[in-house]
Amino acid sequence: MDIFIQVVYFVAAILFILGLKKMSSPVTAAGGIAWAGVGMVAASLVAFFEPGVFDHSSNVFLIVLAISVGSALAFVTAKRVEMTDMPQMIAIYNGMGGGAAAAIAAVELVKMAGGHHALGGTVQVLAVLGALIGAVSFSGSAIAFAKLQGLMKKTMRLPMHMTINLGLFALTLVAGAIIAFSSDVSIQLVMVFFAMALVFGVLFTTPIGGADMPVVISLFNAFTGLAVAFEGFVLGNAAMIIAGTVVGSAGTLLTQLMAKAMNRPITNILFASFGSDGGEAAEEDIEGSMKEIQGNDAAIMMAYAEKVVIIPGYGMAVAQAQHKVQELTQLLEDRGVTVKFAIHPVAGRMPGHMNVLLAEAGVDYDKIVDLEEINPEFPIVDVALVIGANDVVNPVARTNPDSPIYGMPVLNADMARNCIVIKRGKGAGFSGIENHLFYADNTRMLYGDGQKAVGELVAGIKQL
Amino acid sequence: MIEGFTALYIFMLSAFTGYEVISRVPVILHTPMMSGSNFIHGIVLVGAIVVLGGAESNLEKVLGFIAVALAAGNAVGGYVATVRMLEMFTTGNKKAA
Repeated sequence: MDIFIQVVYFVAAILFILGLKKMSSPVTAAGGIAWAGVGMVAASLVAFFEPGVFDHSSNVFLIVLAISVGSALAFVTAKRVEMTDMPQMIAIYNGMGGGAAAAIAAVELVKMAGGHHALGGTVQVLAVLGALIGAVSFSGSAIAFAKLQGLMKKTMRLPMHMTINLGLFALTLVAGAIIAFSSDVSIQLVMVFFAMALVFGVLFTTPIGGADMPVVISLFNAFTGLAVAFEGFVLGNAAMIIAGTVVGSAGTLLTQLMAKAMNRPITNILFASFGSDGGEAAEEDIEGSMKEIQGNDAAIMMAYAEKVVIIPGYGMAVAQAQHKVQELTQLLEDRGVTVKFAIHPVAGRMPGHMNVLLAEAGVDYDKIVDLEEINPEFPIVDVALVIGANDVVNPVARTNPDSPIYGMPVLNADMARNCIVIKRGKGAGFSGIENHLFYADNTRMLYGDGQKAVGELVAGIKQL
Repeated sequence: MIEGFTALYIFMLSAFTGYEVISRVPVILHTPMMSGSNFIHGIVLVGAIVVLGGAESNLEKVLGFIAVALAAGNAVGGYVATVRMLEMFTTGNKKAA
């Protein structure tokens, strides 16, 4: 039996890696997740036949009950959630994985405290490390979810937040070290350790602004992978070690890619908040004023253009305007206008988020171009239509070294012959930085909800 | 079962595998990829099942129950979310409009 179990885990590990590999191309991606799914089901079923599991039939009942409860809740929420809210759902499912890893460690440590057996050596250290990382990922992801879901609007900072965080982290490490290296652990200390780790996860995440959340979610994803790998060592389970480590390193790379796209070092995102150092720079004088345009006039400008580039941002997603945008694209193309979509690497809430939303609305991929490809073209673009994007088109990132976003790659919409910006109100963007594009001579502002404003454009073009 | 350097080798090779596999992913697939890798660490369910199966005291059972429920949520939620996202890239783009 043991050989059979090991073979299934081995095959599952292969399926996970192949699945991830297939997920790296749009053509094979759907097959990739299915392969990984087969691996997961097989590995979970075979886990019931591990030695000891069938010894207590009441425990088997508990396992089935727990799986039913967890799966049902996750299934219903994952099916119902809107595409725009996907990032925070990924955060919450990821947090659950971290919590599970921490809970596994908790059971092992509680057993040890009860005098059953000391895990001993490296295994004990890894159990504690996995517990720490998993617990931080659990409570941190919950905060990330609350922030993106709008349950927690402000970035909370305690006085001397950094110092408190460092102190708490040091205390948690000390408690962890005592547990990791002793052969006789008290259950109270284990509880204090978990409580501190959970609180640390909360305090670590609260000061980080909403705009940086995707990077943090990706980081927690890598954390959970690592925690799962460590608990895999503790349980001697190769499938957990391999899958967890693969996710840990892939997640780390993905986190780096995201931070790079925002041109901010990860340390900066984690340990400094956006607003604090950028406050004064945003105050400087801006030449010109914002010039408003009506939907009909904007429609005429676009209808008689040769080349239009649409720059969607999170505002488009919030307004659910992607379907209207696709309608507008078709109308323009019917009139012979070339339409492209320029996607900034961090448009939306995560890299690729905007692509998912546009794909949902039926936009072809070949119309979607990325930053490096489109930027040289802007001088020959007749109209750049910015929908609900702000910081990613702000020219100060190129021109003003004092700006907090200086150096971030931006889409050069200001270089287009004309620029139309659809925006709900006059306020500043996510980062709170004034956007000089809005004041430029060739920019016109079309105020209104994204969906309504694009609707006006569609109606305007139909009338021509 | 898996000891010392063997464990270290598994760890090292898996880490390189993860890095290589994801380094060629186009930006367009980053969010589905993150969701997919999120699903894969749902394998923690296997460990949770083993731990709850061997639980003895009530505290162990409660913690084990939490572990299994959370892990199942991770796996199922991660799977459904990923499939929903990827569906958008595969099923006829045109008819959705």
